[in-house]
Amino acid sequence: MKKFDKERVLLAVAGPVIALIAAVALTSVVLLASGKSPIEPYSLMFEQAGFSDVQVLIINQAGMYYLAALAVAIGFRMNLFNIGVDGQYRLAAMVTAVVGAHVSLPSGLQIPLLILVAMLTGAFWAGIAGILKTTRGVSEVVATIMLNAIATSVIGYLTLTENFGVPVGNNQTTGIMHKSGWFPGIAMGDSGEIYGFVIIAALAGVLYWLVLNRTRFGFDLRATGASQSAAAASGVNAKRMVLTAMLISGAVAGLAGMPILLGDVHTYSLSFPTGLGFTGITIALLGRNNPVGIAFAALLIAFLDKASPALDYAQPVAYDKEIAVIMQGLIVIAVVVSYEAVRRWGLRRQQQRVGEELAAAARAARDDNGNPGNPGNNDSVKEVAAR
Amino acid sequence: MANHDIHLSVRKGTVHALVGENGAGKSTLMKILYGMQKPDEGTIAVDGEKVSFASPADAISRGIGMVHQHFMLADQLTVLENIALGSEQLHGIGTGARRKIAELSDRYGLGVRPDAYVEDLGVADRQRVEILKVLYRGATTLILDEPTAVLVPQEVDALFDNLRELKSEGLSVIFISHKLGEVLSVADDITVIRRGTTVGTAVPSETTPRQLAELMVGSELPTPETAESTVTDRPMIEVEGLRLLADGESGRALLDDISFTIHEGEVLGLAGVEGNGQTELIDALIGLKHADSGVIRMSGENITDWATRRRREGGVGYIPEDRHRHGLLLDAPLWENRILGHVTEKPNSRGGGFWLDTKGAQADTRRIVEEYDVRTPGIDVTAASLSGGNQQKLIVGREMSHQPRFLIAAHPTRGVDVGAQAQIWDQIREARREGLAVLLISADLDELIGLSDTLRVIYRGRLVADADPATVTPEELGSAMTGAASGHLEHVEDAENDDAAADPENTDAAAADAADAVDVRKEAAPEDEAR
Repeated sequence: MKKFDKERVLLAVAGPVIALIAAVALTSVVLLASGKSPIEPYSLMFEQAGFSDVQVLIINQAGMYYLAALAVAIGFRMNLFNIGVDGQYRLAAMVTAVVGAHVSLPSGLQIPLLILVAMLTGAFWAGIAGILKTTRGVSEVVATIMLNAIATSVIGYLTLTENFGVPVGNNQTTGIMHKSGWFPGIAMGDSGEIYGFVIIAALAGVLYWLVLNRTRFGFDLRATGASQSAAAASGVNAKRMVLTAMLISGAVAGLAGMPILLGDVHTYSLSFPTGLGFTGITIALLGRNNPVGIAFAALLIAFLDKASPALDYAQPVAYDKEIAVIMQGLIVIAVVVSYEAVRRWGLRRQQQRVGEELAAAARAARDDNGNPGNPGNNDSVKEVAAR
Repeated sequence: MANHDIHLSVRKGTVHALVGENGAGKSTLMKILYGMQKPDEGTIAVDGEKVSFASPADAISRGIGMVHQHFMLADQLTVLENIALGSEQLHGIGTGARRKIAELSDRYGLGVRPDAYVEDLGVADRQRVEILKVLYRGATTLILDEPTAVLVPQEVDALFDNLRELKSEGLSVIFISHKLGEVLSVADDITVIRRGTTVGTAVPSETTPRQLAELMVGSELPTPETAESTVTDRPMIEVEGLRLLADGESGRALLDDISFTIHEGEVLGLAGVEGNGQTELIDALIGLKHADSGVIRMSGENITDWATRRRREGGVGYIPEDRHRHGLLLDAPLWENRILGHVTEKPNSRGGGFWLDTKGAQADTRRIVEEYDVRTPGIDVTAASLSGGNQQKLIVGREMSHQPRFLIAAHPTRGVDVGAQAQIWDQIREARREGLAVLLISADLDELIGLSDTLRVIYRGRLVADADPATVTPEELGSAMTGAASGHLEHVEDAENDDAAADPENTDAAAADAADAVDVRKEAAPEDEAR
């Protein structure tokens, strides 16, 4: 059995590695086509990653990506495409910021309250798509895309000055949250501060694994994702499962904006990061919905994000930092292609191996019986030749 | 390795049968012959000339055509359009094609109507269209993959007449099957495949189904166990006036006024051509579809409104008709498949069904693999990498491990080799002795007759006929399955000689069928006495 296990690990790693190599190669082609060095940008970026302040930035960014990607992955595990993580986390962050600015409880209550508000808001927004899908059969893809646009408008409306908005200079904020709701960070001296919420993100990853792989609910969810018909026959209520998965996905999505909101900016403003949800899709794909894989993927994408700005100021030749964006896009395409290729190859290979091992076992059994009509030696010679 | 050391030669103008258990490598061999797969070594020769096929197109150009088990026809097109599709360059799509089709149809007695829509055709007619399609492309060697699996006995006879017509015109037919009686009746030569290699040939006139089966399995078959009736008078499942309407506006009744009772220790066999409401009945019983009216009771308790999980926890076992769609997670390891359907029950979960017990499930999977002879190198391989028969054994093992009170067994031995078939039957019989009620749905009429205590026939969503398995013949059941007979099927004559008498032209087939029937009767008769 060991052989199978080793092979499974190999297969799991092969997909992302092939995808990354392909993406880097294609990016180099783009660089060559624009008449620039196809290698130097990478070394510049790696150099950046050596600085401890950039490392802190990468970790902080990765924490947010991680939560967004987990939210997407929960949907993926059950064949739901929650594109709406983006709207869910932004709306959740805005509502949480407003609550944090208007409610003042002691820290021990304030932070849990804010986290709860964020999760409920995210779940509510995703739940709309869930209900539309279960009652009216609306594709969650369409519904969540629409809800992203609606979320933008709702946020725009709620942050008007006559509602909850507080103008600060050119910026429109929701006012500074009460200090009791600030999540303590981990001071790293001159390099800055790692968001304390990154630890919550890591815990969410552990919980994700535990629930999916070790609970009945997780099994039902995975079964539904693997084969809806088989899951239904096994007693899973598919509609309820869709709704539940959407709600959980939304609740986790609601957390994605918390690291920066509770750890740094303490207000929802026009400059609040956007697009985490979409990047989260890339990361979930790259990480194969596996909590450890997602962590690596989140770090990688965060690295591309945070190390690329330096390209603009490189001496003597400056590069466009958009190279990193091109690379992210290429990673997505390469990932989809290479995973499917590796999956098919692995399946075929396993079928072959099972066949071979069974044939070998049958042969051994025959040899033991000393079947005179069909000498085992003869057979195995032929089989070796056949290979 | 699926095939090694295969020797097969087909004479012109003959029907050559290829038999073997499932997973023996028949399909792989056919794929190689039809150019869908390339052999690692060895040669294929057509008319003495060595050939190598890179694709089915190559095979077709060499006169080899394949009639697949699952028809590949477009329902919305006419027969003519289906036949011409993809071969427009041969005879065009108009008069030329029509003339050619009429000519082929007449010459081989296929009786194909070129302008009928395929959706209006029955299974047998569709099959003839498939055969014509292959002939139209100039095939002189036809490969038929389990052509009788979807046909009722009368249609099988008609198909065999067509095959004889083909061979008298000098065409060769390779006929894949594991229904031995049929093989003996139609084939001129028989080649047996076991574990990927040819193990022998047989001459039909000198071989009995039993000898052939032993050649297939490679050992002597166990004699069917003589079981006594275990039917009690305690009803386990009662269905009353079950009615299920189709979705949408038409509101056609898929199931209408279905009523039956299965007692503890009783096997109720349901015969019917596929698509007459069996799937819907299973769905209604397992709780995937809820009846529009009618009542289902289990041990007297009304379970009509119960959800699927509650029914399964309550002791409904389910061997689905399509194991890939309803019985397995193909990409998941075997031990996760062992959990499927019983996730809330021991040994799969603990803590009141909240936590999975992966250790327990894995250990129990090993037990099932052992006890039910699932051939696999381990429990961590995916279900997809097992052969169909071994997948089925895993499913049967899983369902039987939870002491079901009521078992829905849809085609429990479909695609399972002869040895495993006997084993699955034994397991069902054994559980029945302990009071299990079974609804058995099968396309294999011998299995139905051999295993059932009571027989019902379903036709267009209604139970139209019932029969006593101790006396009824497959032919009589077949006529009720096509709607030609209804009510209580009274057997008219002495069973053993009836087949031969009914069809004098077809003595070979009848003799073989009769031989089958004798086998079946051996196990059925003692039950009869016990009653």
